[in-house]
Amino acid sequence: MSQDIRIKKGLNIKLKGKAEKTLSELKRTEVYAIKPTDFQGVIPKLTVKVGDAVKAGDILFYSKANELVKFASPVSGSIKEITRGAKRRILEIRITADSEDTYKDFGKKDPTKLSTEEIKDYLSEAGCFPYFIQRPYDVVVDPNDSPKAIFISTFSSAPLAADEAFALQGQEEAFQTGINVLKKLTSGEVHLSVNGDETSFFNKIEGAIVHRVFGKHPSGNVGVQINKIDPINQGERVWTLKPQDVAIIGRLFLTGKYDATRVFALAGSEVQKPHYYKAKQGVNLELLFQQQVQNSNVRYINGDVLTGKWVRKNNFLSFYNTLISVIPEGDHYTFFGWMPFTQNNLFSMSRTFLSWLTPNKEYELDTNMNGEERAMVLTGEMESVFPMDIYPMQLLKATLVSDIEKMEKLGIYEVAPEDFALIDFTSSSKVEAQAIIREGLDLMIKEVG
Amino acid sequence: MQFLNNIMEKYRPHFKKGGKFEKYGPAFSGIDTFLFVPNHTTKSGAHIRDGIDLKRVMIIVVFALIPVTVFGMWNIGYQHFSQLGIEKGFWELFGYGAIRFLPMVIVSYVVGLGIEFAYAVMRGHAVNEGYLVSGLLIPLIMPIDLPLPMLAISVVFAVIIGKEAFGGTGMNILNPALLARAFAFFSYAGSMSGDTVWVADAGITDGVSGETILGALAQGKEVSTSVVDMFMGYIPGSVGETSVLMILIGAAFLLFTGIASWRIMLATILGGAFTAFLFNIWDLNALMQFPWWQHLLVGGFLFGTVFMATDPVTAAQTTKGKWIYGFLIGVLAILVRVFNGAYPEGMMMAILLMNVFAPLIDHYVIEGNIKRREKRLQKTATA
Repeated sequence: MSQDIRIKKGLNIKLKGKAEKTLSELKRTEVYAIKPTDFQGVIPKLTVKVGDAVKAGDILFYSKANELVKFASPVSGSIKEITRGAKRRILEIRITADSEDTYKDFGKKDPTKLSTEEIKDYLSEAGCFPYFIQRPYDVVVDPNDSPKAIFISTFSSAPLAADEAFALQGQEEAFQTGINVLKKLTSGEVHLSVNGDETSFFNKIEGAIVHRVFGKHPSGNVGVQINKIDPINQGERVWTLKPQDVAIIGRLFLTGKYDATRVFALAGSEVQKPHYYKAKQGVNLELLFQQQVQNSNVRYINGDVLTGKWVRKNNFLSFYNTLISVIPEGDHYTFFGWMPFTQNNLFSMSRTFLSWLTPNKEYELDTNMNGEERAMVLTGEMESVFPMDIYPMQLLKATLVSDIEKMEKLGIYEVAPEDFALIDFTSSSKVEAQAIIREGLDLMIKEVG
Repeated sequence: MQFLNNIMEKYRPHFKKGGKFEKYGPAFSGIDTFLFVPNHTTKSGAHIRDGIDLKRVMIIVVFALIPVTVFGMWNIGYQHFSQLGIEKGFWELFGYGAIRFLPMVIVSYVVGLGIEFAYAVMRGHAVNEGYLVSGLLIPLIMPIDLPLPMLAISVVFAVIIGKEAFGGTGMNILNPALLARAFAFFSYAGSMSGDTVWVADAGITDGVSGETILGALAQGKEVSTSVVDMFMGYIPGSVGETSVLMILIGAAFLLFTGIASWRIMLATILGGAFTAFLFNIWDLNALMQFPWWQHLLVGGFLFGTVFMATDPVTAAQTTKGKWIYGFLIGVLAILVRVFNGAYPEGMMMAILLMNVFAPLIDHYVIEGNIKRREKRLQKTATA
């Protein structure tokens, strides 16, 4: 069964430094790390201490709110240190890796022969529930829930995004097994959205409803697809996963090993040779940056340039991450920079730059705000990049004043911060929409749950 | 411009938090960010941002106003001297208009921006760019003979009561420029309406009539102005409103750059044309008989449609709402023209009234969205 989705609104931002489709193996680094800060709302309870030896798949910590949500070590080695921030918040659990991984054996399983409960226990033991993200709220799921449906977007339309079909070459069987697992976890359907302009093995996956999605960014956002396929109502729960994470789960069932290997793209205008790398989750990135990035005044982003996290040079590959972007910093003054039709090296949705003359140009954008924050003045610009049946400006305003009832009515359950990323980008008043929505969602978790 | 940046760099610390002149920080930053787009980088959210900012938006609108402003100044001279039967060259006419008009612009900007800066310092918020547009719009919609003190007081009223009282740019309910005009209109009716104010010195010079086409029609007079004159704008009226051609150039620029809403413009024109057409059929007085398409060419209709109804802050904000809002402005503008003999220009009242109703229109449009969501919930609850 297949159904086409056409997204009419949105904006594609073409940036310089798209990753070339070649794959190299990233050399194993001495230290790996899992960062509890990657998991929205999770307060970690450690089960290991410094000096402990761990195998790949051993549990490092679990969520204080839900003991079934466990987090596993991607590599084998010994716990090197636990770094903490303000109020002793745990930032990283660093592991000195062995030269080769030894895996904890969970035993091969055939998902079609297991009950839902057995599958959940198995996933929980192997630390795989963090791969499940719940909508509403964009947080790690509660394994006790029974979701209405499970959604997987197999592509990202964000700038410089990694090609997941390329990344999963050779993992087709693991992905299919992963889908078979997910099938058991929901009473509803597993929805798989594929890029309508391309054909890949995703189109042939069985057991899921395949939706071909056409259109500009944010057509690849799972939230937009949910809104078009089967919107979330108050009180409902759906789960979402990233394609490579489905394959990790699939590999677990096929081999009995928790193999957190992923392929990620290193991209951006500051990268010398942007292409794909294969590495274990949590790999240290410093050496890679040293080899690939020449300039010093750059920003390293774990994720894409619209939604990613700003990290230091010596950081680690994040849990969910399949893209590292490196772009120039923009801490410069621009004389009369607001004068229309000047600064044509900048990209704009409006035609107040001459850049509309070159629609296929790849831009080299930096991190300058290109202006100061102001009250919301222009209308219609948010709506033009927000393809859901929701009024984004009104929802933002309701969220700003914490009007929970209004937020509910206007559709807060259907959105995640990433859906507002383009609003961050396009806003002429420089509204921090993602931050506002994240705060709103956290408020909803606290007040409504 | 490095040397200028060096100079600013020297003073920036004094105006920052903890600096000597911290209190005046907003005023300093108003000038600083005018000269330089600041070095602020993204801290949260998207790491890259669109090149556009509010300054660029507002300057685009000012650019769009340049054709009507230049033509308006020429037309001030042309109307004055052609009625006296004196032939003058382009530059003399333009120069005469400039001497009459520029003082109004200067007064408007000095008074308005002065208040904006004062409020920014008082409240400790950034100086907003909104007045860059209002400051030019206000003199453009006033009669050329309006005494400068009256202009200044109107600006004070519009900025303080119309805008700052609500929290500044982005928060106001009524269009500040139109509010200034409405204030002047009701406070200084003698200087704002009638048949002696629309051409320079018409009140004090024999042989110059300052009557507009709509004014003549309201009194039941025959109007013999050619359509070409109406379109080109060789007619008496507020400084900016007369030339359809120049307004259309400005409109094209606004629409092309994507700054103004084409929906509002189109809806207003449709509303106006529709109403005027109905009155053509009804056919009671001279204003009703006035061909519907000529209604769109004369008076402030088109200027209001392009530059004032589209003000995003005071207009409806939802897409559907914009259609309703625009259409009703068109309807009301013609209604006022036709039925209010004493005041034959309805655009100002129509826009101000719809400014007040815009939030209500949006409320019902959004309510529709909310209902849809509730229905969906009920459907799944019963399924």
